[in-house]
Amino acid sequence: MQSVIRIILQRLGLGLLTLFVVSIVIFTAVNMLPGDFAQAILGQGATPAAVESIRRDLGLDQPPITRYIQWLSGALQGDLGNSFAQANFASFVGADSGVRTTVAQQIAPRFENTMFLAAVTACIAVPVSLVLGILAALFRNSVFDRATNVTTLTSISSPEFFLAYVLILFLAVLNPVLPSLSNIYDGMSFGERLEKTLLPALTLTLVVTAHMMRMTRAAIINLLASPYIEMARLKGMSPMRVIVKHALPNALAPIINVIALNLAYLITGVVVVEVVFVYPGIGQLFVDSVKIRDIPVVQACCLIFAAAYILLNLTADILSILSNPRLRHPK
Amino acid sequence: MSALVEIRDLWIEGRSDETWSPIINGASLSLNKGEVLGLIGESGAGKSTLGLAAMGFTRDGVRISKGTVLFDGVDLTLASASKKRELLGKRIAYVAQSAAASFNPAHKLMDQHTEGPVQHGVMSRAESVKDGIELYRRLRLPNPEEIGFRYPHQVSGGQLQRAMTAMAMSCRPDLIIFDEPTTALDVTTQIEVLASIRDIVEQFDTAAIYITHDLAVVAQMADRIKVLLKGDEVEDADTRTMLTHPKEDYTKSLWAVRAFERPQKPAVHTSATPVLSVQNVSAAYGKIAVLHDVSFDIHQGRTVAVVGESGSGKSTTARCITGLLPPSQGVIQFDGQSLPANYKQRNKDQLRQAQMIYQMADTALNPRKTVGEIIGRPVQFYMGLSGKQKRRRVEELLDEIEMPAAQYIDRLPSELSGGQKQRIGIARALAAEPKFIICDEVTSALDQLVAEGILKLLARLQDDLKLSYMFITHDLATVKAIADEVVVMKDGEVVEQGPKQDMFAPPHHPYTDLLLSSVPEMDPDWLTNLLNERGVDNIGDAAVDKMS
Repeated sequence: MQSVIRIILQRLGLGLLTLFVVSIVIFTAVNMLPGDFAQAILGQGATPAAVESIRRDLGLDQPPITRYIQWLSGALQGDLGNSFAQANFASFVGADSGVRTTVAQQIAPRFENTMFLAAVTACIAVPVSLVLGILAALFRNSVFDRATNVTTLTSISSPEFFLAYVLILFLAVLNPVLPSLSNIYDGMSFGERLEKTLLPALTLTLVVTAHMMRMTRAAIINLLASPYIEMARLKGMSPMRVIVKHALPNALAPIINVIALNLAYLITGVVVVEVVFVYPGIGQLFVDSVKIRDIPVVQACCLIFAAAYILLNLTADILSILSNPRLRHPK
Repeated sequence: MSALVEIRDLWIEGRSDETWSPIINGASLSLNKGEVLGLIGESGAGKSTLGLAAMGFTRDGVRISKGTVLFDGVDLTLASASKKRELLGKRIAYVAQSAAASFNPAHKLMDQHTEGPVQHGVMSRAESVKDGIELYRRLRLPNPEEIGFRYPHQVSGGQLQRAMTAMAMSCRPDLIIFDEPTTALDVTTQIEVLASIRDIVEQFDTAAIYITHDLAVVAQMADRIKVLLKGDEVEDADTRTMLTHPKEDYTKSLWAVRAFERPQKPAVHTSATPVLSVQNVSAAYGKIAVLHDVSFDIHQGRTVAVVGESGSGKSTTARCITGLLPPSQGVIQFDGQSLPANYKQRNKDQLRQAQMIYQMADTALNPRKTVGEIIGRPVQFYMGLSGKQKRRRVEELLDEIEMPAAQYIDRLPSELSGGQKQRIGIARALAAEPKFIICDEVTSALDQLVAEGILKLLARLQDDLKLSYMFITHDLATVKAIADEVVVMKDGEVVEQGPKQDMFAPPHHPYTDLLLSSVPEMDPDWLTNLLNERGVDNIGDAAVDKMS
């Protein structure tokens, strides 16, 4: 068990190091975006003096290294800075109200929505993929296996917005069972919220199922030639038991990794689906912020995305380690 | 009394490249209750296929094309899958060659043991656990109460093989198929497993089919022996008759293999400088010390056999000599000159002088290079030949190993047999024109007839080229055949060394004695006598000692 704890601590340390490196990359990349916030809000006709004044006010005149250190030390204390776009530039005319919207305030509700959508999708997609993968392995090369493969591959190959509109057509327009707009607001009951989230969640399920299902199938089939699977068959065990009890526990590591990758995608990559269903998630906020060069928000979103990727992969690593009895129970 | 198993005119085919080719051609056998039949033959003779067919089972890409397999009156070739599942595990059980690979790594031994009885409705889990512990005790496993609650990787190979026999016994089947259950084990461990298997099969009056390529082993285990050659039955007789009066030439040739033995060479002049001298070498993997003060010399034109069980440090010694594992203490001298400890610091000539031949010719040859390229590489690298000269040299080398160049030079390793691949390995070593070759278990993956051919080739090359060999092996028959001097290793130390004739004549070091007496002999009473001599309980104790 000690070695497992050591491995986990090592991975955790590596994860933090990666996050640090990513923070540098994010900062550099965002600063290399052409144009800046002052230019963007003041437009073509801005006087150089006005642009300069806003830049000074936001600290954009400082050298990049100073700004990076300020940003990082703030982020480490949980302060992601203030949003440029929400700032009150009344101070230029001597009427500053002193009110600032912090990035955290702006991101928090959006992030919560995104996590909710990801969670609902995961609750549907992961069990469905596992079950389909196991069945496909059990009935490999049968009509069922081929049909599952063709369907999931078709859905992953189609553009997300197309899948979304097809679902809207069938589940909201022709058979109005679900709402086609996912306008979430504070104070909704869980049930209502779930109902509103269901269509985007189903769309995303169609997008992520293929990977997970095919990995489950392949990882299991890969093991079917092993001597211990032959042994289980020679003990007279049923094909279902052979797969679920003997193959699956040994196939978990690759499956867990693919699940983690897809969950990370659900958190970071769902802008299109959010737009189609008008779902107030973090993806839309991110795209809007990039458009207006609201640097603190963009940086914070990037950092959250990176952290989500690293955290999920870390979890997958740890779970794969735990699924290996050799590491759990050393000699 | 009708037979328990009755196989009549069974034909089995395997698919390769879209066509079906025969594996078993019309085999028949019958087995009575409580009888043990030995199936013997070289690899590829179809003995595993026939053993599995007796369970009504064929591997993927294999099919029964004709014939019947009657088990207790049920034709398994016609029975439905669910009908067969009822019999498998419950009335017919299987013990595989590699227990380490055949136990599921994800579950504890006891969970795998109880699966059969519980799923077949023979016993409850609690009863089966109790019974399992009892079986472990009868099979003389150490800590029978506790060992079942470990994972396979926490248990040694010999113990796993016995745990697998216990698992096969869990439903008290009428028939067990043993598929080379001791081939992967050391001789000393093999005895423990053989004795345990024989006892338990007798105690429960279980019928068994015992598959092996080792004649001496089958002589101990079987009441009757059937010899197979390339899917055809050669001979079938009761064990004693078969051993004393084999009828067919092929059977006789199998029996004769163990007769190859080189005469002992005269003692070396004491003043002669040895080709290779290992002096007080100790080595460690990380913090774990694996070699302790190992010393021995190898003289020109002589073969030193290094013997010992797995884990005794034989291969580690070879790694020290080649410089792959720099020793923590001691030196390796070549022709009286000290070699740099790490191979990276050795010059090309020092590297050239010591070559290596590996156990698994399969994995030691690049599967995408032709024979000509494989041998040509060291010819070019060490001897600086290219073009026509290189090709001529490769042809000479192929001549040396008795493989006509015209026929083989453009083949890929996958187009060669196991013995031919090993010959290519030898030619590759010879290409560097070394003085000294390390042979690491070069014959242990080969059938006896093929292995004998390799040994004879190595012996001839030694005479022609004045080569020195360090011959790593755990097989004492090989030692007898080829060695001049013997070094016995145990737990990283040399326990005894000397000329071959001294080593095979008493008095021995107790460990050498244990090794020598553990080599199965062709006498069917050998195991019984040995057990009486050692006292059966001692074997169990020895097993416990080994584990702790």
